[in-house]
Amino acid sequence: MASMLMNSLRCCPPVNPAWAVQYATRSLSTSVQLHAQVQTKSKKTLAKPGVKNIVLVEGVRTPFLLSGTTYADLMPHDLARAALQGLLHKTSLPKDAVDYIIYGTVIQEVKTSNVAREASLGAGFSDKIPSHTVTMACISSNVAMTTGVGLITAGQCDTIVAGGVEFMSDVPIRHSRKMRKTMLALNRAKTLGQRLSLIGSIRMAHLTPELPAVAEFSTAETMGHSADRLAAAFGVTRLEQDEFALRSHTLAKQAQDAGLLSDVISFKVPGRDTVAKDNGIRPSSMEQLAKLKPAFIKPHGTVTAANSSFLTDGASAVLIMSEEKALAMGYKPKAYLRDFVFVSQDPKDQLLLGPAYGTPKVLARAGLTMDDIDVFEFHEAFAGQIMANLKALDSDWFAQTYMGRKVKVGAPAMEKFNLWGGSLSLGHPFGATGCRLVTTVAHRLLKEGGQYGLVAACAAGGQVTHYTNTSSYFNVMDRKVILPVCVSGPCDGDRSIPPVEQDSGRTEMMQEKTVYAYTQSGVTPTLSDCTY
Amino acid sequence: KTRTHVNYEVKEDVAVIRMNDPTSKVNTLSVQMQNEMIEVFNEVLANDAVQSAVLISSKPGCFIAGADINMIQACNTSEEVTKLSQEGQKMFARIEKSPKPIVAAINGPCLGGGLEFAIACQYRVATKSKKTVLGTPEVMLGLLPGAGGTQRLPKMVGIPGAFDMMLTGRNIRADKAKKMGLVHQLVDPLGPGLKSPEERTIEYLEEVAIQCAKGIVNKKISLTKEKGMMQKVQDYVMGIEFVRQQIYKTVTAKVMKMSKGLYPAPLKIIESVKAGLEQGPDSGYLAEAQNFGKLAMTSESNALIGLYHGQVACKKNRFGVPERPVKNLAILGAGLMGAGIAQVTVDKGIHTVLKDTTVEGLSRGQQQVYKGLNDKTKKKTITSFERDFTLASLTGQLDYSGFEKADMVIEAVFEDLNIKHRVIKEVEAVIPPHCIFATNTSALPIKDIAAASIRPEKVIGMHYFSPVDKMQLLEIITTDKTSKDTTASAVAVGLKQGKVIIVVGDGPGFYTTRCLAPMLAEAVRLLQEGVDPKKLDALTTGFGFPVGAATLADEVGIDVAAHVAEDLGKAFGSRFGGGNVEVLKTMVEKGFKGRKSGKGCYVYTPGLKSKDVNPDIEDVLEKYKLTPNPLVSSDSDVQYRLVSRFVNEAVMCLQEGILNGPVEGDIGAVFGLGFPPCLGGPFRFVDTFGANKLVEKMRRYEEVYGNHFTPCQLLLDHAKDSSKRFHK
Repeated sequence: MASMLMNSLRCCPPVNPAWAVQYATRSLSTSVQLHAQVQTKSKKTLAKPGVKNIVLVEGVRTPFLLSGTTYADLMPHDLARAALQGLLHKTSLPKDAVDYIIYGTVIQEVKTSNVAREASLGAGFSDKIPSHTVTMACISSNVAMTTGVGLITAGQCDTIVAGGVEFMSDVPIRHSRKMRKTMLALNRAKTLGQRLSLIGSIRMAHLTPELPAVAEFSTAETMGHSADRLAAAFGVTRLEQDEFALRSHTLAKQAQDAGLLSDVISFKVPGRDTVAKDNGIRPSSMEQLAKLKPAFIKPHGTVTAANSSFLTDGASAVLIMSEEKALAMGYKPKAYLRDFVFVSQDPKDQLLLGPAYGTPKVLARAGLTMDDIDVFEFHEAFAGQIMANLKALDSDWFAQTYMGRKVKVGAPAMEKFNLWGGSLSLGHPFGATGCRLVTTVAHRLLKEGGQYGLVAACAAGGQVTHYTNTSSYFNVMDRKVILPVCVSGPCDGDRSIPPVEQDSGRTEMMQEKTVYAYTQSGVTPTLSDCTY
Repeated sequence: KTRTHVNYEVKEDVAVIRMNDPTSKVNTLSVQMQNEMIEVFNEVLANDAVQSAVLISSKPGCFIAGADINMIQACNTSEEVTKLSQEGQKMFARIEKSPKPIVAAINGPCLGGGLEFAIACQYRVATKSKKTVLGTPEVMLGLLPGAGGTQRLPKMVGIPGAFDMMLTGRNIRADKAKKMGLVHQLVDPLGPGLKSPEERTIEYLEEVAIQCAKGIVNKKISLTKEKGMMQKVQDYVMGIEFVRQQIYKTVTAKVMKMSKGLYPAPLKIIESVKAGLEQGPDSGYLAEAQNFGKLAMTSESNALIGLYHGQVACKKNRFGVPERPVKNLAILGAGLMGAGIAQVTVDKGIHTVLKDTTVEGLSRGQQQVYKGLNDKTKKKTITSFERDFTLASLTGQLDYSGFEKADMVIEAVFEDLNIKHRVIKEVEAVIPPHCIFATNTSALPIKDIAAASIRPEKVIGMHYFSPVDKMQLLEIITTDKTSKDTTASAVAVGLKQGKVIIVVGDGPGFYTTRCLAPMLAEAVRLLQEGVDPKKLDALTTGFGFPVGAATLADEVGIDVAAHVAEDLGKAFGSRFGGGNVEVLKTMVEKGFKGRKSGKGCYVYTPGLKSKDVNPDIEDVLEKYKLTPNPLVSSDSDVQYRLVSRFVNEAVMCLQEGILNGPVEGDIGAVFGLGFPPCLGGPFRFVDTFGANKLVEKMRRYEEVYGNHFTPCQLLLDHAKDSSKRFHK
């Protein structure tokens, strides 16, 4: 024991001595086989004195389906309901035990603009539970989670359900502005004459429908186009992209076959079959992939339909609680949510580069290095985008020129990276992906016995979230969000080791937690202290 | 021997030919460049390992900006220039016939000779960068595309498209060029990556161009484009001789209408195109080369090239780098001028405060700025997001809050010395010590305005021309107390605003207004003598002014003209006489203030382009009627009476040291007042026309009208000694 303690102290970087002691003590609770691993970490725990520990209790999702398939006739809140009911079922959570419900979504169904509320009522949650909907492009559910974390940290709530939903099988297609104007004027018209003259003013041009924007509002560039340019800027070849896409599909298939995707709940679709599996996983061959023509930049582009994520329907949900509450309710949390960062940058040239900016930031906040992280889950919008981010992370020049850093942090090791597939293969329901990433990190940490995990995702507008914990972490940038999750090492997986340390009233599981940082999002206090 | 301008490397079986003129910021087709290019081209052709070639510039942001003007100016006879043209034609003919396909990879300007080079290549790839523009601006220098351009362009983009390009000389953006068939493929500019965006973009362009070159060799890319239905129809129509003749006729008529026959280049362009299409390529190329030679020797071309050089010179800050850059600019007065200044400032990354005294005035000004930017959005030169983002740098306000952060204040309040004094005192109470106070006035002497200042070294005049977003000139006026740094800073701001700048000394009317005033006085006298406003306009535009004298008065504002005439009349005495100021004053009393009031010399109906003479001014003119003297009232005399007073005053400004030199004098007159560009400005006009001839005319007018036409000493000196010239 003594030598263990000494080792721990030696390998700790100079930190606050009080912390060092704390870490040392904590290491006692660590399982033996994990000890070797823990020794190599920069830090033993990300817990901060005076900051509540927040835990991920459970995470679920509906199967992610190609849009226009089995979910085609549903509405978005139906999918969200399915996820919420799945969560209730899996956790046996009493329907009134939640303090707040938050959902993220991108393309809003106008009938259910606060989809969080419609879904929670429909899922049978108590109507006394407030719920709201957030949006931040592909990191919307990351925002839902971090909002929940914020509410817990602020002492507002103890139990939060956060989630995300996206339904691309049906999107609001509007009348043209001219037509809308005429129709609204028609509403107000008082006499038949006025009405007839308004109707008479309708021309062919009025009838052109308005589709939801596929392009960035600020730059009028579609994301695929931007991804292609990004890949070119980093010299990512078509071959590299196709290889990565193939890897994603292959790993997803393996994970699916091995039953690792345990966050997927089965869902009986009304009027259709029960769906239990993601349906977008299609491992192919390099030859097949090479045949496709570029989808956005023609004829010399490198981004194709096969190395991009596809339009997906799906919903996800997670249960987040303060550690005390979770333990008091008898839950065995899966991971601590330790820290997160949202970052933003130029929506034109760096639209999808958020993970490269966010990762070093969230690591710095948590006091960790790239090597400390056992599990990486990055959102795969495009294979080219992922490769570009990895190259950016691995470039000293980029770190110095654009991030104000002396040296690069380095790219994540591929043997830790998206091992159960990613958005390219599992699918990417914009609003729902963040929760999938965080849950996956927790599950992987448990399965692989790691301590820290990191989530990163990019979002339209140029933002990202990252999350870390001995479990998970989050971070948000410009339009991309990275959700870094660090799951603490000796989690659940290792029940055999009894808790030793004195504060081990907490369960056997987690050592560490996640760190959050808000760069972009802020919380508006409803009650503020105005005493100066 | 080592090559300095052109080099190549072989990548697999593609020769990448890179151009870079180490002596200049831009590549031009200089003698050196051409010689090395021919050398490299021969090597590439002889190299068996090479199947195809890519032509690219390694200079960031410039392909080839054109031929070397100095090369043409060094020639003394049209035959020499014709020979130059033929050498160029020969070189590009070899490129065109090259058995190894050549792909031009274009990033940045590809103009004039550069474009002719590119269209001689088999394939063109261009970046979508804002800097990438294609065009044949030769016509603006009084020349024509003399290296095969007049022959190849009609075949490439069709006869109407080719005429449009060559006769207007306008720049064509890459996306438009693709639509026209001028380039085959576009490449997006890249953002940050593992190298700087500029560097990586060129590299990417090269990679794509290499792919294209290989594609052409292995027949994956076909050089004969499948023609669309429209194209086939157009080709068929253009195949009818009668239709072509109609086109030549229409285009010629249009050119004559626009140029009044004062510019020979457009006509020669039409002639060369016609020769090629009607009599075959040999005649076409010969006509092109000969016409090029002829044009190079014309005074018009000489004048236009002079203006080009002058413009380049006036886009430099000869006062050095200011101590601190202007980041926050405040403008007082949201009128036409104030808002115009705001509009050209706010999109240059300068935070701009627009202050007025009333909400109505302010909203009008803000609307003007919005409209200016929104028009750009409609034309798709900027996106609606860029418009909004730009407008975020504009603050409209009624008070002086935030002025403590201003680096420069430009006042554009009413032209009244008392008001200007009040304003300068108010402003100096709130601005920081380093802040520059610039005054936008068209006639009040700056030193009089600065008299109210507690720090006259920071006071300077910045005379903008209306409409500010269209007029290129900025006249900066320094007093003997203005510090050099203040001047440097004002010039720096003006350059940022995209202006061509002349810096002149202080005095009533400075340079531009002072030259214009006698000409307008003469115009009023002509009206009094019974010359109809339309006739007056026709005579002035017939001389080469873009806007007729009567219309100009309406545009400037009759009230402003009256004001200026009176002020300068007081300052300069009877020399500025001629027309009766009362004519203008009476018009103002009747509400005929020019275009802004809807009536002046003409009646303006919103939405209507044509305008009629204001019938009510006849009474006014009748009242002040003068009897014309037939000895000096021929059409030509009318023109020279107007022009000689202008020119004489300009020369006097140089004589008195108001002007720094004849170059700035020419630039100011052409870009600020619309002096005929084909004459190159008042000073070049004296050189070309002959000072003695001008003096002779003036003496004749002097006999009739007295000192209004007395030539100044400097002009007399030049008349006496014909070897004296303003421009070398």
